[in-house]
Amino acid sequence: MNAKQIIGIVAVAAAAILPAQAASLDAKTAEIIKRDFRDKGIAKATRVNQDELQAACSKYVDNVPAKLKHKLEAEQEKAVKWPADGKYMGDWKAGEKLAQSGRGMTWSDKPEDPAGGNCYNCHQLSAKEIAYGTIGPSLLNFGKTRGNTEETQRYVYGRIYNAKAYNACANMPRFGHMGILTEAQIKDLVALLLDPESPVNK
Amino acid sequence: MNTSNVSKTILMLALATSCTAQAAENETTDSDRIAAYREMISDGNPAEFDEMRGEELWKKAAGPNQATLEKCDLGKGPGVVKGAYAELPRYFKDTGKVQDLESRLLTCMTTLQGLKEEDIAAKPFASEKKASDISSLATYVVGQSKGVKMAVSTKHPKEKEAYEIGKRIFSYRAGPYDFACSTCHATSGTRIRMQDLPNLKSSKQDAQAAYTTWPAYRVSQGLTRSFQWRLNDCFRQQRFPEPKFASEATVALTMFLAVNANGAKYDGPGLKR
Repeated sequence: MNAKQIIGIVAVAAAAILPAQAASLDAKTAEIIKRDFRDKGIAKATRVNQDELQAACSKYVDNVPAKLKHKLEAEQEKAVKWPADGKYMGDWKAGEKLAQSGRGMTWSDKPEDPAGGNCYNCHQLSAKEIAYGTIGPSLLNFGKTRGNTEETQRYVYGRIYNAKAYNACANMPRFGHMGILTEAQIKDLVALLLDPESPVNK
Repeated sequence: MNTSNVSKTILMLALATSCTAQAAENETTDSDRIAAYREMISDGNPAEFDEMRGEELWKKAAGPNQATLEKCDLGKGPGVVKGAYAELPRYFKDTGKVQDLESRLLTCMTTLQGLKEEDIAAKPFASEKKASDISSLATYVVGQSKGVKMAVSTKHPKEKEAYEIGKRIFSYRAGPYDFACSTCHATSGTRIRMQDLPNLKSSKQDAQAAYTTWPAYRVSQGLTRSFQWRLNDCFRQQRFPEPKFASEATVALTMFLAVNANGAKYDGPGLKR
């Protein structure tokens, strides 16, 4: 090995982040975040504290190793609270209203303000609504293409209740699990997606 | 009505006109409208009023020490404003910290003018009712880097560390919605409702276009908004608690975003919807 090669290796080592350094940077980041955020309105400083899933998705930048991913998904699925009455479908009209609202849980929202479903922020749903986001897949004709069996209803309910039970680091919030929406509201969204009369399927 | 209100009114009217003119085209996005609007007023941006206000404040004796900020060292030596923003954040030997523009202005206002940090940090952003001195000062300083190539260094170990921490904050998921910056800003070609989302992580072009046009005059708010405000409002929408003004977390995140924009010509203060 000549001097030039040694210098090259040293330079690469200096520029790259070694695993030990990465761990200490992770720890330092956590420490800084805990110190540098504060309560504002309903958004309390404790919101920066991560649960196991948030921590894993952050650490692996949403690319969690398969074994851990399956473990996290199983844990999330176990915690899904299924409707006691065994019914999954509500009122699609209420669901459409909820899907339109992007409000909720920011520090400028009041404690009494109900949270919206935020659906159109990321998804296409009804063909009539052209102001839709594209972070998530289009759900246009969702029920039309998948049918409306009880199995599908249960799947959609679960997916809205806790998207992370199906994909650990999904972008979608865990609407039921985190207490953003009620059971009745989630049923209304299931109806919006699956009811043959819903504008999503017209 | 003062000049800034007059200009605001004219602008809102102009925007309303441009929206109406294109209302027939359903597929017209906000970005298209803003682009058309930028074209219309390409000879001026209301942020210039804030730049002027900031320049006056820079040169005016103020605070218990009755000192100006003309000896403030923004990294290129005391009093050098030209091109300073294009190299921020950077490590400062006197404070032993990596600082962005606003945290550095805080240092100068406290050390040179004798103002209290908690007083400045209590109202760091402009509002409808009241302008913010530190925000106007920032607008002035960034305007002095217009056309200068972004060259933010990560040579100093603390600069490198700030970049690495900023990168981690960008992917830090928390809060009731599990959102991180990356939830909306790590994929190309997406939008939230009708608003286009820049990919600040892996698209050099997006990262450069976004960073080099902040701070910016926000037409919908009638205010010139600082970079610290930009981050603050992102965290609000992320359903996070509030980041402390000019805190290490915000500086580190700024470092990550600024380095991703390196190589582009700084083009602010910008003009946004």
